[in-house]
Amino acid sequence: MIREKIEYYEKIAQSVRIDVIKAVYNAGSGHPGGSLSAADLLTALYFGEMNIDPENPDMEGRDKFVLSKGHAVPGQYAVLAERGYYPVEDMMSLRKLGSPFQGHGNCHKVSGIEMSTGSLGQGVSVAVGMAIANKLDKSDSRIYTLLGDGELQEGLVWEAAMAASHNKLDNFCAMIDWNGLQIDGKNEDVMRVAPIAEKFEAFGFHTVEIDGHNFEEIFGALDEARATKGRPTAIIAKTIKGKGVSFMEDRAGWHGKAPDMKQAKEAVEELGGEW
Amino acid sequence: MANKVATREAYGEFLVTEGAVNENLVVLDADLSGSTKTNGFAKAFPDRFFNAGIAEQNLIGMATGLAMSGKTVCASTFAMFASGRAFEIIRNSVGYTGANVKVCATHAGITVGEDGASHQTFEDIALMRTIPGMTVVSPCDSESAKLLLKQVVDMNGPAYVRLGRAAVPVFYDETAKLELGKGHQLRPGKDITVIANGIMVPSAMEAASEMAEQGIDVRVIDMHTIKPIDEEIIIKAAKETGKIVTAEEHSVIGGLGSAVSEVVTREYPVKIKMVGQHDTFGESGKPDELREKYGMTAKDIVKAVKELY
Repeated sequence: MIREKIEYYEKIAQSVRIDVIKAVYNAGSGHPGGSLSAADLLTALYFGEMNIDPENPDMEGRDKFVLSKGHAVPGQYAVLAERGYYPVEDMMSLRKLGSPFQGHGNCHKVSGIEMSTGSLGQGVSVAVGMAIANKLDKSDSRIYTLLGDGELQEGLVWEAAMAASHNKLDNFCAMIDWNGLQIDGKNEDVMRVAPIAEKFEAFGFHTVEIDGHNFEEIFGALDEARATKGRPTAIIAKTIKGKGVSFMEDRAGWHGKAPDMKQAKEAVEELGGEW
Repeated sequence: MANKVATREAYGEFLVTEGAVNENLVVLDADLSGSTKTNGFAKAFPDRFFNAGIAEQNLIGMATGLAMSGKTVCASTFAMFASGRAFEIIRNSVGYTGANVKVCATHAGITVGEDGASHQTFEDIALMRTIPGMTVVSPCDSESAKLLLKQVVDMNGPAYVRLGRAAVPVFYDETAKLELGKGHQLRPGKDITVIANGIMVPSAMEAASEMAEQGIDVRVIDMHTIKPIDEEIIIKAAKETGKIVTAEEHSVIGGLGSAVSEVVTREYPVKIKMVGQHDTFGESGKPDELREKYGMTAKDIVKAVKELY
């Protein structure tokens, strides 16, 4: 991948991060940590990988993305805004009474959201159903989902994983945002989820382990997923929670907490944005 | 009484008939296709049948994904596991999105029999009817099951259909005029009304005949749809008969009795007695023995009617 192209995606991902900080600051609550760790993955999906049309969000045969780690929806709102589904200003009503931008995404309220999620483990299960539907319809369109690492503690994730491989869903790609942290602390201390790749391998997935902040590796893995036939792919993306904002990086405390004005300003400026 | 057929058998037949004319219909099961009777559909339309294995949460999650992609989906397992184990998936993935998933759950209530308390659900109607937008149906026999299943599949949106394991008397015939969301008056009566559903409907008719001999004129309503509940027919009964007995093969907490009470207390308060499972677990036994022991027979309806009258 040529350097200019990488810079293009990196720039968008930084904008996504800035939008997230501003929206969560305005809301006074929300989940910045996991939105920032997933920003590069989401940018790669919406700007490079998926066959979608913001002008025609319900386009027949489009690729679909389900945010299984639904609390990272500020990241998804931001990437949808940057991609042109709606103006960035719209999402600044995040979490306010009457706003379509719910604390966890609602598919009937915001353009581009394919499934209402928030309760962990359910998005991936629904995404498997969507992938089965595409197979039934003999459609080439692909289904993507993003899971948190803590989310892997939900038994439903593995029920869904079993079904994805049993049904040979090579049109299905699960991405895992492995930032190592969850609400109560490190996965390692709360409930170990590692080794992740080996688990998905054992469930019949093709797996790729990457640096989830390196666009070359992200696109390489997505290419590999598309080329894999007869079974689903899991992309295990090592990430940093709170990525891009030094005082949030790798701190579990920023899982579900809004910055105050001083912190938000500092974060936006560090990300290269204007307050 | 005529011959006996389980409502799950009717479900199995319905799926095969409907599957032939409705190519959009997809059926999912959780390793119980021989018991829920989805196996007929699986054999006739193998491409449109998916087994989730023993994984009820994923059964409902996958059903949602298929529905979100435009399919009409019937998802089946035992009522205990569909409504209990998968409750939150039904609430958050199916209910919250209004997905076109029909949870068709079999082996509901005490008539599961010998399997015992772990499999006898008395809570499913209560759980399902708290979910906004959920249609909840409990047919009393094979014919009404087929008529109502057709309407459930033809409407858009989530529904829960409660079906039974045991063979029950065929009560209606295919010409019956049953409408989803409308209670069906089976017998006029001016002294007291029995509102029943599921297997308690024939029992209610039996009780009404017995009461007639004693000079008590009992109105009987088959309330096959618990949600949306037919408020009009309930209020009319409260006004015209002044007393109501409800009868269901379900806990008296949260089921038909509660649904009727909610309408009556708000609109026209009258005394209500509830026949059903009274806040206790079941046990192993033959269906008829269990109905007797736990108070869900025609005799129990007679007793309740007499106490109120």
